[in-house]
Amino acid sequence: MGLTKETVLKVAELAHIEMPDDKLEQLLPDMNNIITWVEQLSELDTDNVEPLANISDETAPLREDVVNDGDIQDKVLKNAPSKREGFFEVLKIVE
Amino acid sequence: MTRTDILNFTLTESLNELKNKNISSVELTDAYISNIERMDNLNIFITKNLEKAREQAKESDARYQNGTARILEGIPIAVKDLFCTEDLRTTAASHILDNFVPPYESTVSQKLKDAGTINLGKTNLDQFAMGSSNTTSYFGNVVNPWRSKAAPDVDLVPGGSSGGSAAAIAARCALASTGTDTGGSIRQPASFCGIAGIKPTYGRCSRWGIVAFASSLDQAGPFARNVEDCAILLREMSGHDPKDSTSSKQEVPDFQAAINGSIKGMKIGIPKEYRVDGMPEEIDALWQQGIEWLKSEGAEIVDISLPHTKYALPAYYIINPAEASSNLARYDGVRYGLRVPGENLKDTYKKTRAEGFGDEVKRRIIIGTYVLSAGYYDAYYIKAQKVRRLILNDFLEAYKKCDVILTPTAPSAAFPIGENEDDPIKMYLNDVFTVALNLAGLPGLSVPAGVDKNGLPLGLQIVGNLWDEATVFNVAQKIENAAQFNFKPEIIEKMAA
Repeated sequence: MGLTKETVLKVAELAHIEMPDDKLEQLLPDMNNIITWVEQLSELDTDNVEPLANISDETAPLREDVVNDGDIQDKVLKNAPSKREGFFEVLKIVE
Repeated sequence: MTRTDILNFTLTESLNELKNKNISSVELTDAYISNIERMDNLNIFITKNLEKAREQAKESDARYQNGTARILEGIPIAVKDLFCTEDLRTTAASHILDNFVPPYESTVSQKLKDAGTINLGKTNLDQFAMGSSNTTSYFGNVVNPWRSKAAPDVDLVPGGSSGGSAAAIAARCALASTGTDTGGSIRQPASFCGIAGIKPTYGRCSRWGIVAFASSLDQAGPFARNVEDCAILLREMSGHDPKDSTSSKQEVPDFQAAINGSIKGMKIGIPKEYRVDGMPEEIDALWQQGIEWLKSEGAEIVDISLPHTKYALPAYYIINPAEASSNLARYDGVRYGLRVPGENLKDTYKKTRAEGFGDEVKRRIIIGTYVLSAGYYDAYYIKAQKVRRLILNDFLEAYKKCDVILTPTAPSAAFPIGENEDDPIKMYLNDVFTVALNLAGLPGLSVPAGVDKNGLPLGLQIVGNLWDEATVFNVAQKIENAAQFNFKPEIIEKMAA
């Protein structure tokens, strides 16, 4: 079962990537090949297998709930494409 | 002593020369800087740090004089441009980060700094480490210093994604370098460039400050000219970091001390599933040679089976894009990096990401978003995680019968730039021998073991059990001793002239 243009456009929208027609034409066959190829996993019976997300068997450590960082506004804003009065600046989002 | 003599020293030898005051750190660093300039057409570096390196070399010499030299004092290294370096541009070889200057230093590069190394610059890579050929960089391809005797005019890939870091060692542009390995990105370029490189156990090194790609698979590791140098470097790079909760509290052993151990009676597993169709005979022959070398050291060869091997790549190409799509959601043109203005904020996001990411990166983000989207999550992502469990179980079962596993590193030698570009799956198959280790978290080292009929290097991969890098280094050292790999790229051979 192949992916349609509409599906890929919808996914590109979810991923916030602009997808002009020429890029879509280029991407669609590659995506279909890759998805068909990974679908060979369906040959395997995995009904009683526990998913593995992380190989570590160590418990994630907790630290003291104290402030250990901060007062670095200049550093945080250093690479901002646009900033004003100590804030990141973006286009108006509320009319 | 000539510059060529200096450049021929390994890391261990250079340290001895520095300690014995036969050379100064300034001389050593200058030798590498002049060679970096000579090798400029290989496009190894994205950002050079030569002036600061010279200043640091002077400080290192002062430390040798006043007795405060640290363990790697004065050793010039190169850092993959995926590690954030304070006040030194870090791009991930992308347009979206091409003006990003981190206000902080990654834990691994900080540890190497604290050990006294000198950072010569940031090496080129596949964009966001996505690739096996270093042909997806926004800053152009890296050229492998090696050339095929059959076609000496053809530029070859250095492998990827850590192509610049591997080429830097082969071209004598650094004594050591850092890499990251998500599916083979240290081991495959090490094999293609005729050098040593290790991906340690997942959790051995902190991931803090490394541009995130696929977080459950990413792991940092060193490249160097030989096994012993890698052992020294890895120890310095390893250890628990409170800033990365997946970095382990396991004690870091003295890997260098492990390399001279006996392997008599050690059981070496040979997985039958790694005899893949279409593998060049020379690679199979080299694998057999490796088996013979280890046998002659008294090791016992054990046939093992890793039955789910063929499913490792497809499982990886679900998990990897899924995690990548999530990690790369942060690039929105608001807080750092490129911003391409649109009609409104959402349009700005879409234009920024369309222009800022390369084609392979966008392909992976979109596949990842698809396999994580409602209705497909169980069928793809959870299914792949279940297969991941089966692959780990294969290895755990195998390690009941053997101590370490020997395989080829890659299914080919370095190939021409432009080859395998027509079909992404062809490119993905480069990682057929390396990718399962990332899924299972296991350590793997590529050691140069021979050359093919065209004079191109080939590596063998030693795969250890979890946290057993010591055995990996020990076995790799035996192969290195037996292989006597003294081949060099022609441009390095010519250097003496």
